[in-house]
Amino acid sequence: MAFNYDKYLRLEKMPTLWCWGCGDGVILKAFVRAIEKMGVSQDDVCVVSGIGCSGRFSSYVDFNTVHTTHGRTVAYATGIKLVRPSKLVVCVAGDGDALAIGGNHTIHACRRNIDMTMIIINNFIYGLTNSQTSPTTPKGMWTVSQKAGNIDPTFDTCDLAIASGASFVARETMLEPKKLEKMLIKSMEHKGFSMMEVLSNCHINLGRKNKMVSAMENLEWIDSITTTKKKYDLLTEEEQLNLLPLGILKQDLEADEYCDMYAEIQKVHQGQRAKITQDDFVKKI
Amino acid sequence: MDMREVISTGNELAAIAAVDAGCMFFGGYPLTPSSEVMHVASDLLPKVGGVAIQMEDEIAGICCVIGAAMAGERALTATSGPGVSLKAENLGLAQMAEVPLVLVNVMRGGPSTGLPTRVSQGDVLQAKNPSHGDYKSITLCAGSLAECYTETVRAFNLADRFMQPVIVLLDETIGHMHGKADIPTVEEVKAGIVPRKTFDGPAEEYFPYECGPTEPAILNPMFTGYRYHFTGLHHDKNGFPTEEIETCRKLIQRLEDKVAMHEDELESYEEFMMDDADIMIIAYGSVSLAAKETIRHLRKEGIKAGLFRPITLWPSPAKKIKEYTDKIEKVLVVELNIGQYHSEIQRAAARLDIAGLFKVNGRAISPHEIVTKVKEL
Repeated sequence: MAFNYDKYLRLEKMPTLWCWGCGDGVILKAFVRAIEKMGVSQDDVCVVSGIGCSGRFSSYVDFNTVHTTHGRTVAYATGIKLVRPSKLVVCVAGDGDALAIGGNHTIHACRRNIDMTMIIINNFIYGLTNSQTSPTTPKGMWTVSQKAGNIDPTFDTCDLAIASGASFVARETMLEPKKLEKMLIKSMEHKGFSMMEVLSNCHINLGRKNKMVSAMENLEWIDSITTTKKKYDLLTEEEQLNLLPLGILKQDLEADEYCDMYAEIQKVHQGQRAKITQDDFVKKI
Repeated sequence: MDMREVISTGNELAAIAAVDAGCMFFGGYPLTPSSEVMHVASDLLPKVGGVAIQMEDEIAGICCVIGAAMAGERALTATSGPGVSLKAENLGLAQMAEVPLVLVNVMRGGPSTGLPTRVSQGDVLQAKNPSHGDYKSITLCAGSLAECYTETVRAFNLADRFMQPVIVLLDETIGHMHGKADIPTVEEVKAGIVPRKTFDGPAEEYFPYECGPTEPAILNPMFTGYRYHFTGLHHDKNGFPTEEIETCRKLIQRLEDKVAMHEDELESYEEFMMDDADIMIIAYGSVSLAAKETIRHLRKEGIKAGLFRPITLWPSPAKKIKEYTDKIEKVLVVELNIGQYHSEIQRAAARLDIAGLFKVNGRAISPHEIVTKVKEL
């Protein structure tokens, strides 16, 4: 039986503002299917998005949703999760959102290991604002802000997340929605901070001057720069250079989760309130 | 009212007040001279089941506070002027999405890094318009140690009443002042808590941003079965982005009017020896302590001076100011900036001859300086 998306979508917001052929819709559908399979109630899910094409993700799905300022998704989500640790909190951000303007929040969210998931939809460009260079734009590619070709070195989202201490790091593409759905479930079920990079296309704004004007050409390019982690590990360093591995890149089941650690602090100090206010800080006269 | 006598500092009292007022979340970043608010909050909150977190920067500090408030908790952040500059964009989102929170700004010398450990009142206009766009700020200013406590408590109740950020201005002098204060008992504070309004009808009849033209949004806590959308974009009754002309106009007008039409609920000031005064000094924050000393001194010399001290700085007590400035000729505004509130007094008084005594070198104004200035009037 075909999956019924209606329950999870805000149908009155359709059609989306995403361009024809955009991969964001594929990711949205995979996300919704993942939630259904996890059996979590819509009332218990919070989706936090930022600014950019990915920023509109939150307004199309029928959960508790927040559309934040540019780059700040994980910072908002941190406050939500810390006061409601039993709920499922998911951030959806773009490459510019999470790695440029919000880069600081991203690395510290990885470091803290709060039990939430950050989905970074990486389309290698600023799409909504018409083709400016993003931290993941490949070297040499044309952008409106670097018409002679991008000279900025690129960020590897997953390397950054691993180095920053995220306890679950994975990468998939929107080319294989079933695989993506399974990986989304794994990342959301992981206890701790999970970073899920999803490569997507932007044939309109990345492709138009970089010889990928159709969605198919753009997707073929994504396919050509990715391979499974298994195959990637067998390659020489030189062969690995221009390739991105797909699959689970890091999974640490032992790392201490932040909300758990904080609950311990709360438990130890519960009931000591009166003593602390009146004796330690203010002196009664 | 049941009171208790304590010895403490302004910053500590602000943090204790927050916890007593039911605040369950603190998010922030260290910034002199406000850091003690975070220190005390991080000691007290876990003991009442709350959370305090030191974030990676000022921006994240306000963002997580907004997140916790969206989830339904009373939430606090504390900083100083440079931090407010960094938090400004997200304060704008809290204004737009109508998320209640309290920001304590312990003012230091500015602009930029300024004078980190010295006193100033240079953030008065920043408090009025920290972020771009139209909205109406609510800003309270503590003029004594006790008010660091009581105004923080009031700020939480006002934030929930008006569904927007409320700024509490302390300054370095009052934040670090250590002394005796008469403050209400915890029981008094708890009894006075007015939580934010919520909707308890069926979810399909719930429209968080559908409210009267002078009323705030009714935002149910997250995860309670009422799913809606928060955004910093112009939005419709459900919180969804829209560019529909009338909806946009009504929304921004309502952000203004929900405060402007209820200024009587916000107005707060102190009149000190004003009954027979023929010289009026206007001062707020720590400067008002020097002004009171000045007035006692002048009265001994037979000069009838009085103090008008605004406690709610924004919106200003304009009607009361006009009432006084219409009948008192000699008016002196004393503040630790170059006339930030002086311009508001001139506006409210519709007079351009209001005198000013301003100081911007990071040092407090002494009663002696005010006495000299008053005698020159």
